[in-house]
Amino acid sequence: MTGEQIIFLIVALSTLGSALMVVTTRNLIHAALWLVSTLFAVAVIYTLLNAGFLAVVQVVVYIGAIAILFIFAVMLTRKDLRDSGPQMNPNWWLGALLAGMVFAGLAFLLQGWNGLSKTAADLPSGFDAVSLLGDKLTSPNAYVLPFEVASVLLLAALVGAVYIAFNKK
Amino acid sequence: MIPLSWYLILAAALFCIGLFGVLVRRNAVAILLGVELMLNAVNINLVSFWRYGNVAIMTGQVFAIIVFAVAAAEVAVGLALVISVYRRRNTVVAEELDLLKW
Repeated sequence: MTGEQIIFLIVALSTLGSALMVVTTRNLIHAALWLVSTLFAVAVIYTLLNAGFLAVVQVVVYIGAIAILFIFAVMLTRKDLRDSGPQMNPNWWLGALLAGMVFAGLAFLLQGWNGLSKTAADLPSGFDAVSLLGDKLTSPNAYVLPFEVASVLLLAALVGAVYIAFNKK
Repeated sequence: MIPLSWYLILAAALFCIGLFGVLVRRNAVAILLGVELMLNAVNINLVSFWRYGNVAIMTGQVFAIIVFAVAAAEVAVGLALVISVYRRRNTVVAEELDLLKW
């Protein structure tokens, strides 16, 4: 077992452990903080995959914006359901069963596929993923249209969010 | 070296944990937390397929970035809805929001 594999196992276990805490802990502020921990571990996974730019974007966008938004939302809606009453549906075992079955199905599909034991080839020397990514995102022959559509979607969603949450009184 | 299967199993497990959260939590904010976990699992898959395929084809990373943007939009609208509902009905429990239920 190489060092890289040991790092992967530690990070994967912390990802799954904190993800389990997100869905099971009773206090929602704690759930949001466990989400920060999960997102940070996923950023480390991106680094292991040589996607450093995405790791930075993960920290800035997910932890810096989305997780903070969750914490604000929890604090703004905290009056009832504080830490009292059940946090889960009475038939939670059905959800657990379904999630377990989905995982078993995915694992079954995966073990029948022959590309699984593939290992990553070394990156070519002088390979610059960030400039290539920038090229692809702005080149008309590649992904400029999805990029622009995503920006329009983001603008529309933010205007819509302001409109929905606006207090009309 | 880490085989591709490790990343795929990790992503599948993370997706299923998120699915469990979406299915069983009563609080609408907690349901959105589960959705975030599922989106992250998808992103791990996209980036690992980019790394284990031809790295000169950036499709995996481009899609991951678009998933980031969509996740931000989804959270903004979702939490705005939750806050708006909380103002009007004073509840964030998903099963009590049954106005459209016939």
